Amino acid sequence: MPQQTHTSRTPEAPILALRGVSRSFGSQQVLRDITFDVRRGETLAVIGESGCGKSVTLKLMMGLLNPSAGDVLWNGNPISNRTERELHRDRLKIGFLFQGAALFDSMDVYENVAFGLRQNKRLPEAEIESIVVEHLRESGLSPSIARKMPSELSGGMRKRGGLTRALALSPEVMLYDEPTTGLDPVMSDVINELILRTRDRRAVTGIVVTHDMTTLRKVPDRIVMLYPQSRLQPNEPQIVYEGSPAEIFDAEDSRVRQFVRGEAGERIEELFAA
Amino acid sequence: MSSVTTLQDRRSPIHLIGECVLAFVNGIGDLTLFAGRMLGWLLAGPPRGSVIWPTLHEVGVRSLPVVLITGLFIGMVLAVQSYDQFVMMHLENRLGSVITISLVEELGPVLAAVMLAGRVGSAMAAELGTMRVTEQIDALRALGANPIHYLVVPRFIACLLLIPLLAVVADCVGMLGGWFFSTQVLGIDSFYYWFHAVNFVTGFDVVTGLVKSLFFGAAIAVVSCHRGFNCGAGAQGVGRAATEAFVYSFVAILVLDFFLSVASLELLLVLRAVAPWAVF
Repeated sequence: MPQQTHTSRTPEAPILALRGVSRSFGSQQVLRDITFDVRRGETLAVIGESGCGKSVTLKLMMGLLNPSAGDVLWNGNPISNRTERELHRDRLKIGFLFQGAALFDSMDVYENVAFGLRQNKRLPEAEIESIVVEHLRESGLSPSIARKMPSELSGGMRKRGGLTRALALSPEVMLYDEPTTGLDPVMSDVINELILRTRDRRAVTGIVVTHDMTTLRKVPDRIVMLYPQSRLQPNEPQIVYEGSPAEIFDAEDSRVRQFVRGEAGERIEELFAA
Repeated sequence: MSSVTTLQDRRSPIHLIGECVLAFVNGIGDLTLFAGRMLGWLLAGPPRGSVIWPTLHEVGVRSLPVVLITGLFIGMVLAVQSYDQFVMMHLENRLGSVITISLVEELGPVLAAVMLAGRVGSAMAAELGTMRVTEQIDALRALGANPIHYLVVPRFIACLLLIPLLAVVADCVGMLGGWFFSTQVLGIDSFYYWFHAVNFVTGFDVVTGLVKSLFFGAAIAVVSCHRGFNCGAGAQGVGRAATEAFVYSFVAILVLDFFLSVASLELLLVLRAVAPWAVF
């Protein structure tokens, strides 16, 4: 396990922040009054049960969804004040690794990685090629993989392809939506290593949504745990833990301990009683 | 669950009608906004050649076989169906006229559009729906591309340009199919077939058919892309989007056909009043 040398980064104004953010889909509220900061250079993990709004939180941070209430701040400025053009420009500073990688089916890996460059930067083809090849190499993808279609790739290769595509635009922040879900333990560790290398070599701030306890032990500087809104009392905060990875396994809140230890507890009785 | 059932049971028929009307108005409003955004992006600039050419190939070239077969058989079916009535009136030599006018003004555009709503519209909805459920549309936005400009505008252009062309192909092949059956099976003289086929159809009929095809093409593209973009979750959602794309496009084609037919008739009457000497 590599040393985590990243905690000494200088704390500054939060690069990303949520202020009283709520989000509903129809009559179903998923997020309620969420407030937390992401500091420049840190890697934050967002954990919680399925359906508690982790992926929605990432999409709100990216500006792919709008909050029903509250504000998302990029470098201290609310994104709701931005024009569509400004939002488009600033969104390029944030990379997103989607849960299923979301590689474009109709393009091979090379074209997928080159897509963002072609779309946003007027670069000569030779330069695009050199950026793509360099990033593929850094993600451990051989040149022969570059000409394969996404359907021909394993889950791990697809995830690395998605990560390479996001990193090709040199983002300041990377959002990882369940980066190790569905991968074998070895490939999960490869992805964890890539997240760490991305942070250390490129000084990229990271937000990782994960269920994977190995990732949780290895990758983040800080953890935020969300609890499903439907299981909360009316005035209870949805963030049930915000702190370091070292302390989470002995957290005071039994819901947090139960989650990180993978214990169903009274849930079993609740399920069977229903 | 039981409380939900109770609530649903309590809803009166008036409630249900109200819900249907609201859903319909909401759907039309959403479709209109979607079309408006698409037109805005269309005017903002054309999509890149690398995006539009594959779409033109998919909509145009790959639809050609189905349009050829459909057109050919429509022409032959028209010959079979009309022959009996024309023989009774001793007008069988004029079979070419009814086949051509039916094809050019009505059946060519409508049936070509219906075939393409099935082949192209459903495929578009399924493709865009799959992209939505696999987060590829979100990925486009994350990579700085506007999904409407990148995905919808090329499909709209392809349908708008190529569906009228495919309708013309269907018309021509249908006339050939009608000619083949009329002359080779029903024994009608080839000269009379083409004489009436060509002389009975005016420029106005041809333009009416083409204008209808333009509207049908636009409707297929907008409705199908809208369904794809609003696809529900999972395989079932994609399947439903593909089915809805065809059904809604089909309905749109028939509704547009009615209103465009009425409009063309009105225009024809106006033109005849303004210029009674001209042949329309």
